[in-house]
Amino acid sequence: MNGGLGSLRLEAVGVMRNALVSAENLQLTLKSDFSSEEQALTNKHSSGDEEKPRRGNEDLKEMLESSKESLKLEAMKRIVGLIAKGKNASELFPAVVKNVASKNIELKKLVYVYLVRYAEEQQDLALLSISTFQRALKDPNQLIRASALRVLSSIRVPIIVPIMMLSIKEASTDLSPYVRKTAAHAIQKLYSLDPDQKEHLIEVIEKLLKDKSTLVAGSVVMAFEEVCPDRIDLIHKNYRKLCNLLVDVEEWGQVVIIHMLTRYARTQFVSPWREDAVFDENSEKAFYDSEEERRVEQSKPYIMDPDHRLLLRNTKPLLQSRNTAVVMAVSQLYWHLAPTHELSIITKSLVRLLRSHREVQYIVLQNIATMSIQRKGMFEPFMKSFYVRSTDATHIKTLKLEILTNLANEANISTILREFQTYVKSQDKAFAAATIQAIGRCATNISEVTDTCLNGLVLLLSNRDETVVAESVVVIKKLLQTQPSQHSDIIKHMAKLFDNITVSMARASILWLMGEYCEHVPKIAPDVLRKMAKTFTSEEDIVKLQTVNLAAKLYLTNSKQTKLLTQYILNLGKYDQSYDIRDRTRFIRQLIVPNEKSGALSKYARRILMAPKPAPVLQSAFKDRDRFQLGTLSHSLNSQANGYLELSDWPAVAPDQSVRIVEVVEPVKEAGAPVFGKSKPGKSDEKFYSDSEEEEEEEEEGSSSEDSSSSSSEESESESESEENSDDSNKSSSSQSDSEKKKKTLKNKKLQQQKPDSKDRKQKNGSAVKGESRSESESASESSSSESSSESGSELDSDSDSGTDQKKNTRSKPVQSKPVTTQVEKKEVSLLDLDDFSPAAVTTPKSSILSPSLLSDLQGLSISPTASALQASSPVFVPETSRELLHRMTGKGLSAQYRFTRQPCIYGNSMVSLQLTLSNSSDQALENIHISEKSSTGQNIHRFNAIERLEPQASVTVSMGVDFNDSTQAANFQLCTKEDEFSVSIQPAVGELLLPITMSEADFTKEQSKLVGMNESSATITMTPENVSSQSVNRKVVSVANLGVIPSSQENIHRFAGKTVSSGCLVLVSVALKDPDAVITINTENTVMASMLLRQFKTALTNSGP
Amino acid sequence: MIHSLFLVNASGDIFLEKHWKSVVSRSVCDYFFEALERATEPENVPPVIPTPHHYLINVLRHRIYFVAVIQSEVPPLFVIEFLHRVVDTFQDYFGVCTEAAIKDNVVVVYELLEEMLDNGFPLATESNILKELIKPPTILRTVVNTITGSTNVGEQLPTGQLSVVPWRRTGVKYTNNEAYFDVIEEIDAIIDKSGSTITAEIQGVIDACVKLTGMPDLTLSFMNPRLLDDVSFHPCVRFKRWEAERILSFIPPDGNFRLLSYHVSSQNLVAIPVYVKHNISFREGSSQGRFELTLGPKQTMGKAVESVLVSSQLPRGVLNANLNPSQGTYTFDPVTKLLSWDVGKINPQKLPSLKGSMSLQAGASKPDENPTINIQFKIQQLAISGLKVNRLDMYGEKYKPFKGIKYMTKAGKFQVRT
Repeated sequence: MNGGLGSLRLEAVGVMRNALVSAENLQLTLKSDFSSEEQALTNKHSSGDEEKPRRGNEDLKEMLESSKESLKLEAMKRIVGLIAKGKNASELFPAVVKNVASKNIELKKLVYVYLVRYAEEQQDLALLSISTFQRALKDPNQLIRASALRVLSSIRVPIIVPIMMLSIKEASTDLSPYVRKTAAHAIQKLYSLDPDQKEHLIEVIEKLLKDKSTLVAGSVVMAFEEVCPDRIDLIHKNYRKLCNLLVDVEEWGQVVIIHMLTRYARTQFVSPWREDAVFDENSEKAFYDSEEERRVEQSKPYIMDPDHRLLLRNTKPLLQSRNTAVVMAVSQLYWHLAPTHELSIITKSLVRLLRSHREVQYIVLQNIATMSIQRKGMFEPFMKSFYVRSTDATHIKTLKLEILTNLANEANISTILREFQTYVKSQDKAFAAATIQAIGRCATNISEVTDTCLNGLVLLLSNRDETVVAESVVVIKKLLQTQPSQHSDIIKHMAKLFDNITVSMARASILWLMGEYCEHVPKIAPDVLRKMAKTFTSEEDIVKLQTVNLAAKLYLTNSKQTKLLTQYILNLGKYDQSYDIRDRTRFIRQLIVPNEKSGALSKYARRILMAPKPAPVLQSAFKDRDRFQLGTLSHSLNSQANGYLELSDWPAVAPDQSVRIVEVVEPVKEAGAPVFGKSKPGKSDEKFYSDSEEEEEEEEEGSSSEDSSSSSSEESESESESEENSDDSNKSSSSQSDSEKKKKTLKNKKLQQQKPDSKDRKQKNGSAVKGESRSESESASESSSSESSSESGSELDSDSDSGTDQKKNTRSKPVQSKPVTTQVEKKEVSLLDLDDFSPAAVTTPKSSILSPSLLSDLQGLSISPTASALQASSPVFVPETSRELLHRMTGKGLSAQYRFTRQPCIYGNSMVSLQLTLSNSSDQALENIHISEKSSTGQNIHRFNAIERLEPQASVTVSMGVDFNDSTQAANFQLCTKEDEFSVSIQPAVGELLLPITMSEADFTKEQSKLVGMNESSATITMTPENVSSQSVNRKVVSVANLGVIPSSQENIHRFAGKTVSSGCLVLVSVALKDPDAVITINTENTVMASMLLRQFKTALTNSGP
Repeated sequence: MIHSLFLVNASGDIFLEKHWKSVVSRSVCDYFFEALERATEPENVPPVIPTPHHYLINVLRHRIYFVAVIQSEVPPLFVIEFLHRVVDTFQDYFGVCTEAAIKDNVVVVYELLEEMLDNGFPLATESNILKELIKPPTILRTVVNTITGSTNVGEQLPTGQLSVVPWRRTGVKYTNNEAYFDVIEEIDAIIDKSGSTITAEIQGVIDACVKLTGMPDLTLSFMNPRLLDDVSFHPCVRFKRWEAERILSFIPPDGNFRLLSYHVSSQNLVAIPVYVKHNISFREGSSQGRFELTLGPKQTMGKAVESVLVSSQLPRGVLNANLNPSQGTYTFDPVTKLLSWDVGKINPQKLPSLKGSMSLQAGASKPDENPTINIQFKIQQLAISGLKVNRLDMYGEKYKPFKGIKYMTKAGKFQVRT
C-alpha cells in the first residue's frame, strides 16, 4: 500500500505544480478579463444600466477587494445569503477565493462554504485555494488539520484526486482521532468523485477499521458501507472491538454500525431460530411428524456463538437511547438476529417511539405492521397504544388500523370491532373506508365474527356517505364469495339498495353478485337487469361490463324471462362508444347465443361463465414487506432503493469462528516477563466481555482497561501500524519461546546465505522472512509491497530535500528532514533495516557476522554475572530516533547519524552498541571512511571497518561500540575520509548506559532492600492524566532508559530493572502510582546516574504526548 | 447520506437550500409539491416520497417543511431524527423556528448546517459543541458585533468534540450554581361517550436546567423508581448504574437538556383528573343543533386544574355556533369549523360550562358522528403517577449548588369521544 503512497506523492507533487502554474496563468488571464468586463460595465453605465443584479454583485466584488475585514465579512454574508436562496453567485469566485487564507475565522468559514458550493463549476480557479489547505494540513492544531482536510475533500475537482488521496492517507495515520475521523469522511467524498480510487481507499478503510477510537468507528464504518460493503472479511478482526465500542460511539455512528453488524452477523452465525421459527405461527398439525424427525436430526442442541451473543448483549442498552434511529436500528437487529424468545424486549421501546414526532411514528408503525404479521404476540399487550385518535394524520391512522387488524384474534376481536365502530363514523372518509376494509379482513380471518361483521356492514349500506356505502358493498361482495349459500337475504337487501347507490364500483359489485348468485335470487335478478337495461347508456364502463355479464349469466340460467332483455342489452353494447364494451358484447353473444357458426364453445358457455370462482384472499399490504430489512428505506417504500444491501439468509453451517480472534501482539512481552498480566492471549476472549461491563463506569476517567483488553498491544492509539511491526520484530528478537528461537536461527542462517546474493534478491528474501515472522494474516507479498513502497517514499523525501533526481535503489536511509507526517514511513524503513537483518550486513558484508538479535539470544542463555536470578534480556523498547553526528555541510557531503540499538554490544561486554548511518550527499564518491586511531578522550571505542567507497547519494549503516565507562561524558573521535578529518562526539543519554535485566518480583524486592539509604533516591511527581495507565507508564520509562520490565502483582506499582553497561551494577526503578501523584524510586549504587535518571523520568512522566 | 436540504414554507416556496454534495436542482422538489397538493391537510404529506432518482424525506415543524434529498438506501429514521435535531437547534439558537427567524439569521443557519453535517453524515449535533463553534445571536452580541466588528464564530476551537464527555463544554463558570429539574408528566387518554376510559397512559420527562461550574458529577435518585417502566436517557446517563441501582448518575451538559423520558407501566391505573359532561345533538330535518359541555375535576389529589383549553372539530355541516360560556372565552372558526374554548382554571364550586346552539346548513343531512373533544390542562405541583425524586447529590466539585425540583402534570393527547 505504501507503494501507492509513494507513487501518489510523486503524482501529487506533479499535479500541484501543474495546478499552480495553470492557476498563475489563469490569474493573469483573469486580470485582463476583469478589465474588459469593467470596460463593458462602464460602457453600460453610460448607456444606462439595465442589469441590476450584476451591479449588486459588482458591489460585492468591491467589498471583497477592500482592505477592511468588516466589509469583506459583510460581503461574504450577503453572498451566503444569495447561495441560500439558490441564486447564482459563481461569478464572484475569483474575488472570494482570494480570502481563503484570511485570518478572520468567520470570514474563512464563509469562504469555505462558498468554495465547496462552487468549486465544481469553477474547477481551475478552485485550484488556487488548494495550497492553503495543504499548508493547513500540516498545522500543529488538530482541528485546523481536520477542517482543512474537510474542505479540501469537499472540493469536487477531479484534478486534485491524487492530492486528496495523499492527504487522506496521511490523515488516516494522524495522531488525533478527530483528524482520522475526518479522513474517514473524506474517503466517501473521494470515492464519489473518483470510483477508480477504490482499491487505495479500501486500504485506508482497512487501516482505519483497526482504529480503537470511538470517534472514528462510526465514520469509518460509514465509509466501509459506501465504498466496499461486500468486503466482509475486513470486519472479522474488528468485529469484537466494534461490539465493545458501540455504546460509546456517537449516536449516528451507532446506527450505521448496527446496520452493518446485522448484515455481518447474518453471514457469520447460524440461525438461532431453528426449533421455533421454522414452524412458527403457521404451523399445522400435519407438520408435526416432520418436526419430530427434524428434532432428531438436530440432536445437537443449538449453542449460540459467543460473538453472536456479544452483539446482542452490547446492543441491548441502546434500546434506551434518546435517538429514535438508534432504537429502530437495535430493534431491527433483534428482529433479524435474536432468538424468538428474546424478541419481546424491543416491543416496549418501539411503542415508546410512538410518542415521538409524526414522521417517526410513520416509520415505526410501518415496521411494527410488518412485525405484527409474523408475531402477533409481541404487540398484543400494547394493542391500546394503536388506537386511533381523531388528531392523527391520515397515513398514521391507516397504519394503526393495519396493525390493529393484524393483531385481531378470537380473544380481542370484540374490543377491536367496538373500536372500529367509532372509526367508521369518522369524518375522515378515506379513513372510514379503510376501516371497512379492515373489518372485512377481520371477518375473513376470524370465522367466529364473520356473521357479525357482515351484519354490521349491511347496516352500513344505509349510511349516508357514498364512499362508506361503496366500500361496504365491495367488502360484502368479497365476504359473500367465501360463503355464498346462506346469504341470499343480504343479496336481496343489496338489490333493494341498488337504486340509491351511485358509486360505480359498488354498482358493478352488486351486479356481479346478482349474476354470480342469480340462482339464489331467481326473482330479483331479472328485475335488476330490467332496470339496468333502462339506464344502460348512462352508466360507467365498469357497470356496463357487469351488466353484460349479468345478462349473459341470466340468459344461461333463466333464458325464458331474460332472453329479450339480454338481446336488447347486447345490441346496446354493440354500438357502445367504448371498444372494450363492444368487444365484450361480441364475445358474449358468440358464446351464449347458439347459431350455426359457433362451434363447440357455446356448449361450454355455462361452464365457462358460471364456473365456481375462488374467493379472494384479504390480506395485509405489509404481507410481503419482510423481504426487506426492517428500518430501511426500501422497507418503507416497499421497493428496492438504490444501494440497498440484501440481508443474506443464515448460513447452514457457521463459517470459521476463529477469523474474529484478534491475535494478541504485545509490545513489551519480553524475556518471559508477562508485563501487563492482563494480556495473555488465551484470556483475551473473556477479557472482552468483562471489560465491556466496566467500560461505562470508567469511561470519563479514560481508564486503560479498554485499551489493554480490546486488543492487547497498542502503545497508544497514536502509534500506527508501523509500531505494530516494530512490536513484532521486537518480539521476534526476544529469547522467549522455543519456536521463535528456531525461527530466529533459521532466519539468521538465511541471512548468511543471502550475503553473496545480489541486492535485489536479498530484498525479496528479506521480505519473505519478514512475512514469516509476522502474524499469519499478512502475506509475504503484502509485506514486500509495503517494503518497496516505503522505499520509494523515502526516495521522495530525499528527492525533495536535495532536489536532484535519484532513482538508484540503494536502500538509502532518508536524509534527515522531518515533517511530522512522514515520520511514520521513516520508522518503517529503519525498522526493516535494523531488526530483521542489519543493513550493515548487507552493504558491508565484512563488518559484522553476528546480528545483534542473535547475540541477544545467546546472551539470554548464559548466566549473567550479577546474580543468579538476574538475566539479561533484550530491550523492551528501541527508540527509532537517530541523532546527528555530522552534518553534511560540515562533513563536505558526508553526513553521519547515530542511534543506540540498545542491544548488548558484541565487541565488548562493557561497551554500548551504536549504529552509525553514513551517507554521501555530495556528487562524488567518498573513499576510505573510517575512524581515526587516536581518540581524544579515554574511552575505548570499537571502530567499524573502514568503508572503502561510498557512492554519491548512497548511504551505509555500520555498527560500533563505545565504552562510556558508565558516565555521560561524550566520546570524541575523528571521522575520516580519504581527504578529510572531522572531529565528532557522541553524548550518550544516561538511559542508554543501561542494559535491561529480568528477575522475579521477589528478587527485585530483595535486591531493592539491599540498596537503601544513600543508594535510594526518590521523587514525587504529579502525573498528567494520560500517563496514568500502566501501559503509558511502562512506555515512558522504557523509552527514557533501557530497562527491563518486572512483572508486578500490584496494579499501581511498576518495576523496572537494569544494570549499567560497564560496571554491571544494578539499577532498580519503581514507579508507584497514587492518583494523581506518583512516586519514583531508584535504587542503585551509582548515585550520580540515579539522580540523572530521576530527572529524566520526571520530565518524561509529567509531559504529555508520546 | 443526506444530499441536500430544502426549506419550504406553508405557501410552497423554497426559501433556503443547502447542498452537502454536488448540487441537486430545485426541481426535485416538484415531486414534493405534487404530494403536497394531493394531501388534504398539511400533516398528510407522506414523510417519504420516492422520485425517479432521489428520495425525499420531509419533516413538518412550525409550518415549515424540511425536505431532505437522499440518493441511496439509508434508514429513514436516521434522516428524520436528524432533521428534527436541526429544528431543535434552530429553536435553541433563535428562540423560535420560523421562516422569518431563519431568513434573518441565514448566515448562522448556514454555518450551523455546515457544522452539523459533513458529506451528509452528521458531525456535530450536540448543542453544547455547536454553541462553542458558533455563538447564538443575542441582541447584545449583535450590537457589540456591529460596533467592534467581532464575529459570531467562536474564536477558540471546540474541545468538546474531542473529549470523553462531548455533551459538556469545558471551562464552564457560574457565580450562582444552580440545578433545576422539572418532572413533567403527560396523560394520554381516550375517554368514550359514557365517560369510561378506553385507554390511558402516562408519559413523563425530566427536563433539566443545569448551570454548574466545572465538571460536576450528579446523582439523582427516586423514592419509587419501580414506577418507571420504560426509559430513555440522555447519553450522559450511565446506563449500568441505572440497571444496577436505579439511580441516575451523570455529568450534565451545560444548560437546558432532557435528562430522561419515561413511560409509567401500563399496569398502574391512571388517575384521570377531569371529567366532561356533554350533550351534543343534531336533530334530523332541523337546522339547529344543541351543544352543552360541562367540565369538572375528578382525581386531582387536591390540586387545582389550570390552563384548561377545550377544542373540538365540529362537523362540516355546522355553519355557526352560538354559545354561552360560564367562564372564559370561546371562538368558533366557520371556515375550519374549529371550536375552541379557553376555560382557565376549574373552580370545583362552580363548574365551567358552555351551552348554546349550532346552526346547520339548511337541507344538509344530520352529521353521523359527534365531534371529538380535545382537552388541554395543567396541574402544578403534581406528578400524577406519584413519582417522587428522593435526592440530588453532587460530586467532583466543592461548592454547594442550589437545587430545585418542580412537578407538573399536563394533558397529552387527551380526547373525549361524544
